[in-house]
Amino acid sequence: MTEKQAVIIGGGPAGLAAALRLREKGVKDILILEREKYLGGILRQCIHDGFGLTRFGESLSGPEYAQRFIDRIQAEGVEYITECTVLDVSPDKVVTAASKTRGLLQVRAQAVLLTMGCRERTRGALATPGTRPAGVYTAGVAQSYINLQNIMVGKEVVILGSGDIGMIMARRLTLEGAHVQAVYEVQPYPSGLPRNIEQCLNDYGIPLYLSHTVVEIKGRERLTSVVVAQCDERFRPIPGTEQEVPCDTLILSVGLIPENELSLAAGVELDPRTRGAYVDEHCQTGVPGVFAAGNVLHVHDLVDFVSLEAEALADSAAEYILSGSLPACPLEVVAGQDVGHVIPQRCSGTRDFTLYLRVRRPLNQVSVVVRQAGREVLRKKMRKALPAEMILLAVKAAKLTQDANLEVTVE
Amino acid sequence: MQSYDIIIIGGGVVGSAIARELTRYRLSVAVLEKESDVCTQTSGRNTGMLHAGFLYKPGSLKAQCAVEGNAEFDQVARELDVPFKRTGKLIVGFTDEEKERLRYFIEWGRVNGVPGMELIDRKRMDEIDPSAGGSFAIFCPSSGILDPFIYAIALAENAVQNGAVYHLYTEVAGAEALPDGRHLLHTAGRGDFACRWVINSAGLNSAKVSAMLGIPGYVIQPVKGEYFVLDKKAGQFAKIPVYPAPTPRFTFDTHATPTVDGNVLVGPNSFNVEDGEDYSVSQSGMDGLQESGARMFKHMKREYYIRTFSGARPKRIDPQTGEVQDFLLETREDVPGVINLVGIESPGLTSALPLARRVVRLLAEKETLVPNPHFDPIRRGIRRFHEQDAEEQARMIREDPDYGEIVCRCETVTCAEIRRAIHNPLGVFTVNGIKVRTRASMGRCQGGYCETRITALIREELGKAVTEVELGPKGSQMFTGAVKGGNQA
Repeated sequence: MTEKQAVIIGGGPAGLAAALRLREKGVKDILILEREKYLGGILRQCIHDGFGLTRFGESLSGPEYAQRFIDRIQAEGVEYITECTVLDVSPDKVVTAASKTRGLLQVRAQAVLLTMGCRERTRGALATPGTRPAGVYTAGVAQSYINLQNIMVGKEVVILGSGDIGMIMARRLTLEGAHVQAVYEVQPYPSGLPRNIEQCLNDYGIPLYLSHTVVEIKGRERLTSVVVAQCDERFRPIPGTEQEVPCDTLILSVGLIPENELSLAAGVELDPRTRGAYVDEHCQTGVPGVFAAGNVLHVHDLVDFVSLEAEALADSAAEYILSGSLPACPLEVVAGQDVGHVIPQRCSGTRDFTLYLRVRRPLNQVSVVVRQAGREVLRKKMRKALPAEMILLAVKAAKLTQDANLEVTVE
Repeated sequence: MQSYDIIIIGGGVVGSAIARELTRYRLSVAVLEKESDVCTQTSGRNTGMLHAGFLYKPGSLKAQCAVEGNAEFDQVARELDVPFKRTGKLIVGFTDEEKERLRYFIEWGRVNGVPGMELIDRKRMDEIDPSAGGSFAIFCPSSGILDPFIYAIALAENAVQNGAVYHLYTEVAGAEALPDGRHLLHTAGRGDFACRWVINSAGLNSAKVSAMLGIPGYVIQPVKGEYFVLDKKAGQFAKIPVYPAPTPRFTFDTHATPTVDGNVLVGPNSFNVEDGEDYSVSQSGMDGLQESGARMFKHMKREYYIRTFSGARPKRIDPQTGEVQDFLLETREDVPGVINLVGIESPGLTSALPLARRVVRLLAEKETLVPNPHFDPIRRGIRRFHEQDAEEQARMIREDPDYGEIVCRCETVTCAEIRRAIHNPLGVFTVNGIKVRTRASMGRCQGGYCETRITALIREELGKAVTEVELGPKGSQMFTGAVKGGNQA
């Protein structure tokens, strides 16, 4: 069995950023395991632009954004293996992986970095009634066919869910000559970013119907139509509002789920709100030496923040590897009123950290407030707060005490 | 025109069992299957239960075949390499009235020859499965669970191995008698077939085919059942099938059954339909299953939903009374050269080989059967990488590097397995065909990761154009062509 200071599972944006930062911090003995043929993760199929605005101050395509990291990985000589799928991570940090060229690998790591990203919610999880014809795709699968394999999935398209990938695919399919009839969203507000509604739907005259969902899928061989209906505030279809929409393709953009099968194998406990690990301010999970960042931890809106979070992870992981320990994090960070989730869920009270959160519903003229034992530690005023947008707060240790939990609320 | 000694109409689990048993003799055997694979209808759309035989009226063909099929299944599973577990089964009850009904089953089991059934108390139940509800239960040790897809496929592959020929996408449209006494079968677009014997094993269409062959009058009532498939994370809580006590009409409410792969099936419900081949799932059906399923299985949670599906049992009913009839297996003097199976529903999976042997016996009454000296009862399936230990996995990758490429990450299915499945002996090339042979895309991401890889492998291995790649049935094309300026069409 070989040994490494750090094994990084997943060579997408989180894994790449973490690897580079580990190097900077003096951790040299790193191995990235990537199941695809190339590094870059999901960015490889995201050929639209808009990546890197925060980080690089320019609008890049997904592959361009990834390439900036890959070039540095290669220049630095960071070791990576592609076409290598991790099969297991044990609680004592032995990583088992399968590779065509290297066989069954076993590597013992001082630190394991979980950067596996997320997967798409499926029709099965929604339990949409109807038949099971060809022509029903999740947005990411359709994107992979079109952008990586040059294959068109259909001609008359309906999109369910206003997630970002769904809206981006609405535009992509239109540009490829398909007719996108509409996007239907069960919530009373869009789940993707305002800029995507503007650039991917409005610019192409594609209507977005809020509080609508698909209630039936029809067609025995290939999809022939879907039945859509208006929904009430509890997402139940309103009888009498059903309308049949003929189409040959249904694209689902109905949510992303952090991919934590390996985390569970390692004994990591998950937060039911994020479906990612419980972590402290060091991005360390409940298993010492096992860290998580990026979409495997909580689903992000922008890749720029994924890179940022992964670098914070790497700072801590480097400290853990080089000094053998990290400050304890006895304080809980609690999601209060109108806060969907917070990351991290624990902190030390002795160090600055970035707090990530999402609001539960769209809100105007609000303040995000962090309190410790009723005492206000931080307040951020916001003209608008949307569930689609991640909110980042810099929490300063100087403002904290070490004896009480933190509560985050929106007021 | 193609000519065979025997043609079997319908290549489900029963038709394939018949084909396999007939290849024990020197006969040319063909199976005409209208679908893209052998397990797309009733044979693949069920609970995967190896029944014990206590649910059926003593003396019935259902009872005889179920008991016989159950008793031999360890050997069958070994011979044909079918995933199978003899889990036993609990039927639980709360009230005295339910206890009476359970005693009825024990009595039927005793008369039918089901071994080892007993009424057990809560203490014994806790030893067997503490998560099962109820104050008492029947424990039936001989019940089991199996992979229904692989069983049908294994029978068909073993038949092909021993000389049978499968014609997929071949629907019989009409039949007539030839002057020499043989049958001439017309198909929809696949030419004519002639044979000395024709065996009707057409499942949901068995009454229709029976009439076509000259035996009218049977009525098939398709009874639909809908299911939820739950994640393997829920599977850890379901070790043994647990059924509630039957209703006063001796039918079963929703139950949770573990699958041989570690998932859980919640269902089926049960209602009459007109079109048994309409496999849509209804909102009302799922609402009902969610409610009744949660009563029976406390881990019936939304986060565990992977998929829904439905199937239909072809019940033969008395056209006058509507009452459900036994399996029908017959030959008739006035309709020579026809062996007719009508209304083969549950427990058809358990009964497939016993029915097939009875078909052979009927044939042997009419002509002398010469044993096939080359018959080999052993069929080997595709070896599953994820079922091996680390040492063996390492060896497999060394011998065939394709085992080192994981195509389906949820079920850990390798490229080597997918390639073998694509080159299956039946010539099935659909995405669903690869799925049922390997489990690729059956996991929680439902093909989100592997489907793009599987379709690429199908094209690569079989030289298919993108517009030829089909999900399942004929006409289920997945792609419309290339993107603009692309070169994939």
